[in-house]
Parts: sequence; C-alpha cells; structure tokens
Amino acid sequence: MLGIEKRDLSLLVIVAILAFCAPFILNPFPTGSAMAQFNAGYPDLMQRFVIFGILAIGFNILFGLTGYLSFGHAAFLGLGSYSAVWMFKLLGYNVLPGIVLSVVVAGLFALLIGYISLRRSGIYFSILTLAFAQMTFAIAYSDLFGKMLGFSLTNGETGLQVYTSDPQYFHSDSAPNIPHLFGQEMQSTFTWDVAGWSFDFNFGYYMCALIMLVMFYLSIRIFRSPFGLMLMAIKTNQTRLNYTGLNSRPYTLAAFVISGMYAGLAGGLLASMDPLAGAERMQWTASGEVVLMTILGGAGTLIGPILGAGFIKYFENIFSKINEKVLHSWFDFLPESLEYGVVWVLEHFVGSGWHLTLGLLFMLIVIFLPGGLVEGGQKLAALFHRKKTEDTPADGAKTPAE
Amino acid sequence: MSERNDLTRRRVIKTGAAAATAAAATPYFFSRASAGNHTGYLNAPTGSSVTLGFNVPQSGPYADEGADELRAYELAVEHLNGGGDGGMMGTFSSKALKGNGILGKKVEYVTGDTQTKSDAARASARSMIEKDGAIMITGGSSSGVAVAVQALCQEAGIIFMAGLTHSNDTTGKDKKANGFRHFFNSYMSGAALAPVLAKNYGKDRKAYHLTADYNWGYTTEEAVKASTEALGWETVSAVKTPLTQTDFSSYIAPVLQSGADTLVLNHYGGNMVNSLTNAVQFGLRDKQVNGKDFQIVVPLYSRLMAKGAGANVKGIFGSTNWHWSLTDEGSKAFVKSFGTKYGFPPSQAAHTTYVQTLLWADAAERAGTFNPCGIAEALEGYKFDGLGNGATEYRAEDHQCFKDVLVVKGKDNPTSEFDLLEIVEITPRAQVEYAVDHPMFAGGDLGSCNPGA
Repeated sequence: MLGIEKRDLSLLVIVAILAFCAPFILNPFPTGSAMAQFNAGYPDLMQRFVIFGILAIGFNILFGLTGYLSFGHAAFLGLGSYSAVWMFKLLGYNVLPGIVLSVVVAGLFALLIGYISLRRSGIYFSILTLAFAQMTFAIAYSDLFGKMLGFSLTNGETGLQVYTSDPQYFHSDSAPNIPHLFGQEMQSTFTWDVAGWSFDFNFGYYMCALIMLVMFYLSIRIFRSPFGLMLMAIKTNQTRLNYTGLNSRPYTLAAFVISGMYAGLAGGLLASMDPLAGAERMQWTASGEVVLMTILGGAGTLIGPILGAGFIKYFENIFSKINEKVLHSWFDFLPESLEYGVVWVLEHFVGSGWHLTLGLLFMLIVIFLPGGLVEGGQKLAALFHRKKTEDTPADGAKTPAE
Repeated sequence: MSERNDLTRRRVIKTGAAAATAAAATPYFFSRASAGNHTGYLNAPTGSSVTLGFNVPQSGPYADEGADELRAYELAVEHLNGGGDGGMMGTFSSKALKGNGILGKKVEYVTGDTQTKSDAARASARSMIEKDGAIMITGGSSSGVAVAVQALCQEAGIIFMAGLTHSNDTTGKDKKANGFRHFFNSYMSGAALAPVLAKNYGKDRKAYHLTADYNWGYTTEEAVKASTEALGWETVSAVKTPLTQTDFSSYIAPVLQSGADTLVLNHYGGNMVNSLTNAVQFGLRDKQVNGKDFQIVVPLYSRLMAKGAGANVKGIFGSTNWHWSLTDEGSKAFVKSFGTKYGFPPSQAAHTTYVQTLLWADAAERAGTFNPCGIAEALEGYKFDGLGNGATEYRAEDHQCFKDVLVVKGKDNPTSEFDLLEIVEITPRAQVEYAVDHPMFAGGDLGSCNPGA
C-alpha cells in the first residue's frame, strides 16, 4: 500500500499511532500525583517533539544516507522561522503562506550554501557549513541587512515579532489575532479530564503531527528509491563511485537541498506555533543539537531521528524544570542530613544542570549502543524474539529500516 | 513498482474527502482555552492553591542576577503564605494581603531557565502556562527576553510582571496590556544621571560611548546622549560592541585618540565588568584630556556588577533602581528578612522581583479575582508606598512604574564586600517623568487585556 513495502508501512503505521495517541502516551501520570512532573503531554512540548522530529528526519536524509555531516542545519531552521514571521507581518496570521515561504527560502539558501560547501567533503564540508551557519546567525543577530536597508529585518536580539501596526493585508477582523489555519487557532486545545488524568488535544500539534507523517512517508520513499540507493553508494565509497564515471555532486546537492527544505519547514512550523523568530535558533549549539538527535536515535535509520529528537527535547523541557524544592519533596522521607546530601548531589543533574545528565546519557548510548536508541530497541526485540525462533540470529548492525 | 502502488485516483479522492470532513469537524472539537475556561479566564485556580511561574536566567551571562531573583521570589512566596517575618508586607501601604496566601489560596510556584535566550524563555514560559497551569509569569534579566515573554503572555492571556529589564522598549514600542514593569528604564537613567554629571564634571565634556549591540544598549545610549547633550555635552563617537565580547581592549584604544574626555559604558553584567576593567587597565582614569581629568560613567549599575569589577568602580557614577543601603522602612524590612534567610543583602534585581510579586498578589486581593483583566485594572494607575522606592505609581497608559531614581557612585572606602556603592542623589520622580508619546517610547500599542478565554 502507498507504494512502500509492508515492513515500512507497518513502521509508518506505528509512527502514526504514536503521533495521534501522544496526548495519552506522554501523560501517563495523574495530574495531582508527584510523578506528574514527568508528564510531557502539554501542547508546547508535543509540538516541539514533532517539529524537531521533522528537522531530524530531514537531517538524516543528508547525514544518514550520504554521510555528509552538516554542522549548519540550524541556519535553515532560523531562515524558515524568519520567513514565516514575515508572512504573518505582511499577509496575516494564516500559517499556510508562511510555511510555504519558509520551505522555499530554506531551499534557495540550501542550494547556495550546498553549491559552495559540497565542493569539499568530510571535515572540510562540516566546517564550511558551520561557518555559513555562524555567518547567518551573526547577520541575523546584529540585523546587518536590516540596518543597511533602513528597517528592521530580523529585529536583532529581541527577535522578529508581529506588531499590531504591521500591514497584514489579508487580515480580517473576524480572523483570530494569533496564528491560525483558516480560522482554526494553533493554540486551541481541548482538554479531556478523566478520573484524575488530564489529556490535551491541541490543534497546532495535530497539524504538525500530520505534516510530520507526510514528511516521514516522503523520507521512506526517498530511502527506498534509486536516488536513495545512489546516496547510500556515496556514503559507502564516493571515490569508487566517481571512478565509474558518475558525477556524484548533483546527488549530494539534491540531498542537501531536500534536507535544508525539511529544516525550513520545521522552522516555519516553529514560528507558526509561537510567532516569534529569535536569532538563537540559528546558533551553532542548535546545529549541534540536530546532530546529537540523529546520532542518539540512530543515524541512517528511519525512525531513529524522531526518537532522538523526542529524547533531547524531553530532557531540555522536563529535567530543566526540576528544582531544589521538587527534589526535597521527593526525598523528604529520608533522615534530614541524608536528604540534604542526596538533594545536594542530585541538584547538579537537574535544573540548569540538565546538560550534564544529557551528556552522560549521550556518552552511555554512544559507547554501548553505537547504533543509537534504535539499536537498543533491536537488542531488546532480539532478546524476546530469540526465545521463539532460534534460527533468526540477532543482527545489531543492521536496522529494520534498511 | 506500479503493481504495488495502489494509490489510485479513486482512493485519493476518497481519502481527500475523509480528510476534509475531519478538518471541517475540528472547530467543534478544539475549543479556545485549556483548563478551566468555564471561569472566563485561562488557568483559573480550581484547588486550594495558586501557581506562579518564575522564569529567570539560571545559566548564561545573567545567571548571577537570575539566582538572586529566584531567592527573592522564594522569599516573597514565603511571606505571602504567612511565613518568615513578612518583609515588606508590613510596610506596604496597601494592607489587603493578610499572609494567608492570595484570596485564601496557598501560593505555589514553578521555576524555569530562560538561558537569556528569547526562544528558550518562551518555551519555558509556555510549559509553565500549559503544563503547570501558572496564572502569572514573572522574571527575566534581559530586555530581549522580557519583551519576548511579555508578547507571549499577551497572546496566551496571562499577566507578565517584568523583572530586571531596563530598555525603553519594554514599556515603549513593545508594551503590552498584559505586561507590567516596576523597574526603571534607560530614559530615567539618563534624566537622573545627566544633572549629577554636569555638576561634578562640568558642562563642556566630550563623551565617547561604548554600547552593547542590542536593544537595551541602543535605548540607553540614546537616552544618555539626549540628556547629556541637552546640558551642553558633546558626543564624539558611539561604538557598538557585540554582546558576547569579553575583551574590550581593541575598543578602548581608539577612545584616547578621539579627543574625548569622558567614556560612557552602556554595558551591563559581565560586559560592564570586562570593559570597565580594560578601561582602567589602559590607565584612562589617570589621563588628562582637554585639560580635564578623564572620567568614566556607567549608566546602569548594580551591586553584583560592582562586586565583579572590584576596586575599579571607585568613584564611578551610575544609576540604579534600588540599593540595600536605603534607610526607609520598606528597604530596611526587606534587607533584614532577605539577609536573615540568605546571609547577604539583596541586589536590585531581587528587590524589583520581590516587589512585583507582592504588587501582583495585592492587586489580585484587591480585585477579588485572579482574572488577568481584573488584576490589570487594579494595577493601572495604582499609587502605593512602602516598597523601598518611596511613593510610586503604575501609570495606566504604558504600565510603567514612576518613582524616584537613585544616582550612585562607587565607594572609595568600602567597609565590606557588599558595601560598594554610595547613594549620591535620590532624583525625584518629577525629574525623570516623561509623556506617554515621548519619541523614545513612541510606536507601541498597549492593545487590550487578554484573559485567555
């Protein structure tokens, strides 16, 4: 069905089920309970899960297939956001033009940056993309072009936002004053309270999830196409490929542009959920985060990047909010001196110390599961599988996706 | 491939029709607000407690200020719930707060890290609103962040009580109906500082500005320039420095060649500590230019910065919102309860955030509701006293507090590591007041209050 193999189809169905049931899956604990701290099923974070999922899926098309490690993908994310916010400012709050423009703009910039950077491979390519990304960041942060042109193009450090004085040519009084899709507001949420649990069904989230599924499907098709095969050949041995008389650069450039457009789309969606575009989202740390997501989940696998994106965003948003007070409430059953000791140790790993926890987990995963979370899943599956059919050996190196 | 591709036209049309039906049905499924829209505003507290969101920088260049803000918030919550000695609740002119929480509900709080980045700050604020059901967001130690979070709160329908944000834009071009600022601003700094500078350094000075390259830097440079030039000073040059800069030597060297005899450092936090240290190391303060002693001015001062710059701040003028050495009843009560709890005096960041929390709580109590619109109405045009700054008014037109401004000087003989600044003058409110449509604040629109439901 849908032109993909049964195995990929089942993967797509699983992702679809996960995405649509996310409000339930991410809110496993009753609202009032102490464990509610770990609930992640609120609109903002769910939106981030799928949006950064899209970003990581796109990044994986470049890195997972061709092996070209781009360290500048955040630039496309930021460009997408700026384009979308400019559409809000000029045309109105309907998100559609913004999303379209963000993909187009990111695609054009990817073509330019890719055309130059792809003349080199390996570490030189990475450094070139990093340089371009930092350049766009610096330009956006200081609003260089805006100052030259005499108006505020990126609004510098504050970030580009929509003002009531903006033209918004297609804005009618009946339309909502926040991002919407034909009148349906992005932040509108239906909350279902049932027996202590509370589940949020957010329109913006479901729109993003739907787009993510389409993008996921597209990435499956790319992975399984002759084009995808060519990209994998580049990763395996580009020199040999060149010796056969094939020019591999158009393929890498196409992969770079596609993955840049994915990033632009993610940026456009990010701005649609929250209409402000800040320069920080183009900084090199943001680019590094995408690389982390992909490696953490499993580079080159279909579902890995989505898992990695979810993993990092969960840590960033949930662990950073645990403070000393929360820790004390967890350990108040201990004797006082012991309680203070435990809290003193743990507080370095939560709150602003969440980076430390993430770093440790990242190290553990890279050392023990080089294939990322996907490999972990496979090992688990193999463990259960072996009991039933002894003849199929567990093959950790190969992913089910490939 | 074509044989397994059963995506026929018929199927596409069928799927499309189903999707269209689903899309048409969604408006009936998703309603505007999340929890508690039956009460007419977002996140209406239903239980016996009310949750506040404290969104401060816990990492990045302003982490010191953030940590102090958080201490003040915790102290304010303790006092609101009837703990401790009550702090400024005893000296506050309004007696609506009883120490039994707010409107009988116990005050709870959640914290978040803004990382001094607009994006991270907004994500953190949104999670407080959506996940934790926060009814008010407060904090921020950078104008960029404050403006970004203020806009978010306006869209979501939550009150934002700005923390340390000094840019004119927060209550100028970026002002919002749901946002309130107690802290003073660039214009007030300039207006308070200029006469003192003219008195001490004369009226024929040539100034050279080094300005942090972002929103706050621009408005401060503009304000100081305007008010000093009005008194006869001349501005030789104004150079922007990147916010991330840590070594300012290359910016200091051209100052002497420019013929300027005064250096104005429109820097804050770590920036100011580094630029001032560089300037002193270059021997600027020992130089004679145009027959006058070379002078350095820092428009926005804080004790934390003075501590960072050490002996270099001696004799340098600046302005500040509040200082712990003030001797009015409110300040004394606050310094006492803060010092008892943490062992050192509070910074101006701690003071403004403590006051903001108290003001919001008091407004809720007086309005008899947590509805943002009710609270906004109670705060607009509200006159109060006893919170450390003397008689103060929340102006209704732009949600900016108007009060006296302190001009301070780095102390020559500090007696302790906290006793670094001395108050030179308390500039009366009338001297720092401006019209709502003043050019430095023009272009904004307050809009109307949004209760989020």
